[in-house]
Amino acid sequence: MRFADLLDFAWQVVRGYRTRTLLILLAMGIGVAAVVAVTSLGEGARLYVVNQFGSLGTNLVVVLPGRSETSGAMPGVLIGKTPRDLTLDDALALKRSRAVRRIAPLVIGAADVHVGARVRETPVLGSTAELKDIRGMEVALGRFLPESDPRQILPVCVIGAKVAAELFGAKPVLGVWVRIGDRRFRVIGIMARQGESLGFNTDEIVIVPLAAAQALFNTEALFRVLVEAKSREQIQYAKDDVEEILRLRHEGERDVTVITQDAVLATFDRILRALTLAVAGIAAISLAVAGILIMNVMLIAVTQRRREIGLLKALGATGAQIRLAFLTEAVLLSMGGAAGGLAVGQTIRYAAVQLYPAIPFQAPWWALAAAPATAVITAVLFTLAPARRAAMLDPVQALSRR
Amino acid sequence: MIRLTGIERTFIVGDEMVRALRGVNLEIAQGEYLSIMGPSGSGKSTLLNVIGLLDRPNAGTYALDGRDVTGLSDDELARVRRVKMGFVFQFFHLVPRLSAEQNIELPMVLAGIAPAERRKRLARLLADYGLEDRAKHCPEQLSGGQCQRVAIARAMSMSPLVILADEPTGNRDRHTGQDVLAVLERLHHDGGTVVVVTHDPEIGSRAHRRLRMIDGAVISDERAPDGVQERAGGAAT
Repeated sequence: MRFADLLDFAWQVVRGYRTRTLLILLAMGIGVAAVVAVTSLGEGARLYVVNQFGSLGTNLVVVLPGRSETSGAMPGVLIGKTPRDLTLDDALALKRSRAVRRIAPLVIGAADVHVGARVRETPVLGSTAELKDIRGMEVALGRFLPESDPRQILPVCVIGAKVAAELFGAKPVLGVWVRIGDRRFRVIGIMARQGESLGFNTDEIVIVPLAAAQALFNTEALFRVLVEAKSREQIQYAKDDVEEILRLRHEGERDVTVITQDAVLATFDRILRALTLAVAGIAAISLAVAGILIMNVMLIAVTQRRREIGLLKALGATGAQIRLAFLTEAVLLSMGGAAGGLAVGQTIRYAAVQLYPAIPFQAPWWALAAAPATAVITAVLFTLAPARRAAMLDPVQALSRR
Repeated sequence: MIRLTGIERTFIVGDEMVRALRGVNLEIAQGEYLSIMGPSGSGKSTLLNVIGLLDRPNAGTYALDGRDVTGLSDDELARVRRVKMGFVFQFFHLVPRLSAEQNIELPMVLAGIAPAERRKRLARLLADYGLEDRAKHCPEQLSGGQCQRVAIARAMSMSPLVILADEPTGNRDRHTGQDVLAVLERLHHDGGTVVVVTHDPEIGSRAHRRLRMIDGAVISDERAPDGVQERAGGAAT
């Protein structure tokens, strides 16, 4: 039988038995739509987190005082025994590593910032000029902290966009003296609006030189040290060097936690990929259920079309031709259903993007390929048995029913 | 052309074995017009099915044009059936979702004949059977007689050796029945071999050779001289 005729024959069947066609289309369509929609959501979440982490800064290694119990802990989580302080000398010593491009020590606290009569309790970050480049921050007005000896207390500050707006309103900002805590600082720059990046939002903070912050908060201990490796490949070397340098300085104790952005990222990536796969698996199960539905519908069709099958055989159709006819119908129907499912799935994805524009919902390519393929394969597999049964019908008996 | 020797066909109905054909011997030459008559259950339809390669005997041999077709597989039977046998069923068995012309070309589609060739044969068949203006209609829009002509056109589409008709006038009014017979007889006139199964002696007596069956055996086989129609029950040859 010619291929074009086979398709035509199958198309006639599809048109002739509308209920059955609709049922199968629905089953396949829902299965495929589910896989596409669900994997879009999962992949969107994954990409969102990856991008968020990505904006942390490239090639970043973070040093925290204290040893955490588990590796790959999030920055900001401190679990450990009595931590030895991370000092400025520790931080400066890290520059010795050949894999390290630059470092920025961090001290953090909260203080009242006074501008004229206005007061705002604001997080205050103490660091060095390198912080700007390590974190990829941008200055909107004026300049960032000047390069200087980190032990020198310079009475300058850089304020975040939101802080500036709240404290100064429309009044001029640069060059104005503000009071932070019990000291006076001159504003030399305003940060560009940045938005949130995993809890670090420059809009809401004030940045002062490290020594000034240490004096403000009366502490020698560093909150963090940010280390930038020279390249992506050197991140691991930087990490190893940092650990070793600090171990030697701390009398052989490993009492710091060194986190690479990579490790955290990798963990999240793994978790979310696994989640997406798991949900895709569940959606695939729905396809299998659809397959069982197809098998039942096809079996009913074989019974319904007994006389027709008997006739076809009487006219000289071989068993193989009968089987082929049924399988072609299954392929046609499943492809149609899959196409519909893809369309619906993408519509859901589009709707999700409208609702949550921040999250890059996007069905991964493997889902868009695998879902329709699974649909077609399922349909064919579950039609094999009914097709065989049809092919084995005895024409005389099949025709004899009135 | 057709030689059946010692054909046995047994069915299992429930617990019983029913011998539908008992040791039937039959020779049919090309161009014969044959009727098979007998009461219900006599095995006439079964014999027709065996002749038409629709059913395989349990014992005996069947030689078609000198070739032994008894042992062929289902698929091989289908292929021989496709080109050599044309069936006209009592209840038409037209595919309801296909138009008249799609029904007629069905055997050609199954045989893989090219669309251009199909169209040619289709045009000729539609003309021969007066179905040109009904070609695109579905069976439910056709009268009984038209349906039967579609069925015959379908049977003829592969230019088979033998036309096998099972009760062609079975459930139709007299007038359409005569129409159908006229068509069959014209086929015979043009050189075709026609085998008709019927329980109606008036129909059966129009054939030039008449078989009678009872209980799976052929009890009489009469030939009428050309042009003369004898009534059923006449003298045996």
